Amino acid sequence: MILIWLLVILFAAGILAEIAARWDALLSRLIALTAIGVDFVLTAGLWSVKASAQQKWIEEVDWNWIPGFGIHFHLAVDGLSLLMLMLTFFLGIVSVLTSWTEIRERVGFFHFNLLWVLTGIAGVFLAVDLFLFYFAWELMLVPMYFLIVIWGHERRVYAAVKFFLFTQCSGLLMLIAILALYFIHHQVTGIYTFEYSELLGTHLSPGVELWIMLGFFAAFAVKLPAVPLHTWLPDAHTQAPTAGSVILAGLLLKTGAYGLIRFVVPLFPHAAHQFTPVALILAVTGIVYGAVMAYSQTDFKRLVAYTSVSHLGFVLLGIFSWNQLALQGAVITMICHGLSTGGMFVLVGGLQERLHTRDLERMGGLWSAVPRLSGAVLFFSMASLGLPGIGDFVGEFLVLLGSYRISVPVTVVASIGILTSTFYALRIAQRAFQGPNPHPWRLSDLTPREGVMVAAMIAGLLWLGLYPQPVLNTFQPALQNLQHAESTTTAAVRR
Amino acid sequence: MSTRDLFALLPLLLIAVSAVLVMLAIALKRDPGLAAGLTLTGLTAAFLSIWAAAGVIPRQVTSLLLVDKYALFYMGLIIASAAVAVSLAWQYFEKHDEQREELYLLLLLAALGCAVLVAGSHFVSFLLGLELLSVSLYGMVAYLTDRRPALEAGMKYLILASASAAFLLFGMALIYAATGTMEFSRLREVPLSGSPFIVLSGIALTLTGIGFKLGVVPFHLWTPDVYQGASPPVAAFVATTSKSAMVALLLRYFYLSGALRNHAVFLVVATIAVLSMCAGNFLALRQTNVKRILAYSSIAHFGYILVAFLAGSAMAAGAVAFYLVAYTVTILASFGVVSVLSRSGQDVEDLEDYSGLFWRRPAIAGVFTVALLSLAGIPATMGFLGKFYILAAGANAAAWLLIVVLVLTSVAGLFYYLRIVVALFADPPEHAAATEVVSHGGVLVLALLAMLLIWLGVYPSPLLNLIRSSLAGLN
Repeated sequence: MILIWLLVILFAAGILAEIAARWDALLSRLIALTAIGVDFVLTAGLWSVKASAQQKWIEEVDWNWIPGFGIHFHLAVDGLSLLMLMLTFFLGIVSVLTSWTEIRERVGFFHFNLLWVLTGIAGVFLAVDLFLFYFAWELMLVPMYFLIVIWGHERRVYAAVKFFLFTQCSGLLMLIAILALYFIHHQVTGIYTFEYSELLGTHLSPGVELWIMLGFFAAFAVKLPAVPLHTWLPDAHTQAPTAGSVILAGLLLKTGAYGLIRFVVPLFPHAAHQFTPVALILAVTGIVYGAVMAYSQTDFKRLVAYTSVSHLGFVLLGIFSWNQLALQGAVITMICHGLSTGGMFVLVGGLQERLHTRDLERMGGLWSAVPRLSGAVLFFSMASLGLPGIGDFVGEFLVLLGSYRISVPVTVVASIGILTSTFYALRIAQRAFQGPNPHPWRLSDLTPREGVMVAAMIAGLLWLGLYPQPVLNTFQPALQNLQHAESTTTAAVRR
Repeated sequence: MSTRDLFALLPLLLIAVSAVLVMLAIALKRDPGLAAGLTLTGLTAAFLSIWAAAGVIPRQVTSLLLVDKYALFYMGLIIASAAVAVSLAWQYFEKHDEQREELYLLLLLAALGCAVLVAGSHFVSFLLGLELLSVSLYGMVAYLTDRRPALEAGMKYLILASASAAFLLFGMALIYAATGTMEFSRLREVPLSGSPFIVLSGIALTLTGIGFKLGVVPFHLWTPDVYQGASPPVAAFVATTSKSAMVALLLRYFYLSGALRNHAVFLVVATIAVLSMCAGNFLALRQTNVKRILAYSSIAHFGYILVAFLAGSAMAAGAVAFYLVAYTVTILASFGVVSVLSRSGQDVEDLEDYSGLFWRRPAIAGVFTVALLSLAGIPATMGFLGKFYILAAGANAAAWLLIVVLVLTSVAGLFYYLRIVVALFADPPEHAAATEVVSHGGVLVLALLAMLLIWLGVYPSPLLNLIRSSLAGLN
């Protein structure tokens, strides 16, 4: 039941926040903050109580929804989704806080959309009925679209529409794939169901399996984003308001990676294995391309956006390296990227609020003006370039260790990507914070509100960098279950 | 004709009786409120009488009309959508200086024609229903005689509809000449291989007539002009009630006669579907008039419906029915918004007029947003489940090409729906104040439609069960 509450609280708070803003904008912010906070606490409680549980799902709810199609309202959580939920609610809190002074107009509707997009994302991480999954997958688009199109920057309409079209198109391809799987499962077993655990191990002929896998992969690759399908990302990230960027980079991209781990690999292991060379090439292309593009940006937000392309390349690499080590690295990278890029966007948003520009060329010498903020940016830059001791390093290191086992050239190229990330990270530090200060800027440094957010994210990253074992322990059983599912599916296909 | 027959025909009779009553009432006293009230009462009574008729079905009343669950389901849809159109018309014409009561009379007759169509199982009832519908529509489309676009639209519709009716008659004649029967169900027994050319020509010509009414490519040219020229409530009626009736008839005609088993016929309908999806969605991209956008989108939506229709299974018929209900509710809500916002003498139809509407009139813009998302097929609306159902039917029949075209063109479609949404949420222009005169009744109707869209989009089981049971007798 607790899983239902997670969604209901966010959903209802969205409506409340909209209504409350008619009297007082502050009330609306507080409602949003409380709702996400309660969800965070509930999830954390779930983690502390049942993290060690060995059963398949830590917690689940299963209701009949549309019996005519065999559709269930089935939510379930394992270690992997639990961590993703924690990240969701944590970044949700950050998004509310970071908009505290940035968003001054239409506050109620803003929080309405913010809470509903979180509902959709939480739904994606919780759903184990493929119909419900698709439902949540599409549902999170609409509020995100509104966040960009109403509160975004200069080219917001272009960016929002592009984002919507890309994700919707790939999503519909996934829907066709889901339906194909549904009917094939019916042909084999005589049962109409969208249930994840029952669709595992469906017997598919190799050609069909590849096509269906590609349908899923298209949707996840757009979200991830894998390189030729990434062009919506720099626009959307740059044009979105800060909270939107945090959610896009921190959470929406993770839904793509999550989908690959949860659905593509266990449902279509055979086709995914076949697809490995392509996926690896996509992954390293993304790593290098993202890093190079990031280096050549002058728009600060766009720069950070491109670093996401690079980091998520590591996730793709980890998933398609086919060993536990790399997969663990991928999951750690997902979490750390959420924190570090989220933090970076918060700080860039703060800078933009102070300077009214995102242009790196116009910054410089900020260290003397805003020392605490600059220090924080430096920390997140170091996280991005993979400094040991920070979580990102652990993730990328594990991925490289794992990928070394299947392909040395790919690993070498990916390492070059890390090297390139040093360039852009240092460029940020030099351009914005060092050198002469051309403007006699008098700026306020980090406010306590910003300070708390950033400190929490830094603490999280350090924790993951120095002592990641509890987190590893949490998602480890889940990954083993997935691997088990994968091997049963493979066995079923061989039969 | 027995009492049971009369019971089976009760919905039809009640609509006819209320048409007569409205006519008498107009003769005695010209009061628009009275006419609209009588019309609504008559439609409500007809709607309720469906349950009375349900007690005696399935029943073949003469060889012309077959009243079964299928017919009653569609009658319910038709009567309900007609009733919504009446209430929209009432508040729309309220704003105009002159209330003209005859509109309701025409609307009732058109609804009667639709009801005959959905129960039709014979070429004669097909033609009767169609002509009853068409002739009333000429009058309704050109109803605002002081507007040039309305007259133009009415004229266009008159000429094209007459021509298509001629094609239809010729097609019927050919089929009759070749087979000696006019009953759909007996056409099935005729081997299509016997005298293929004549029968195929007949089927092609009847398809022309049907395609015209549905407004699918290449018979779609009237759609944008008529939607633009007619008053919004009438456009809503043309787009929903008359087209649903036509689809119901098409389904019955083709399924009973088994025409889809013929490869050439299948190919032709598939081509029409693909062309409609492409043309509708791509032509809408450049429009800036909301009514025309809705018109082009309706061309595309009937392309989608034809995809499900082609899948040709019980599931496909269910998908068609569900999609029609979704489409009807959505289009009624959309045209309802246009109608509710319109000022005296001028419809609010330019995209610019909608700029920043959400910040002026959140409720109405909210309804419009929900309707547009439903048209675009976003989850939590009926439109999504409809599209899902169609894709499922297509996947079940392994019509991959068709559903891939559907997906790709509907992404193009998304683009122009989003354009309207962008306008709704844009920063309001400087001078903007809420100039629209909005009646509470109109907002209430809109709110109900939007709630229906979401409710059935999230919890469709009751409707799905109803549709399943209504299709039992189709095959």
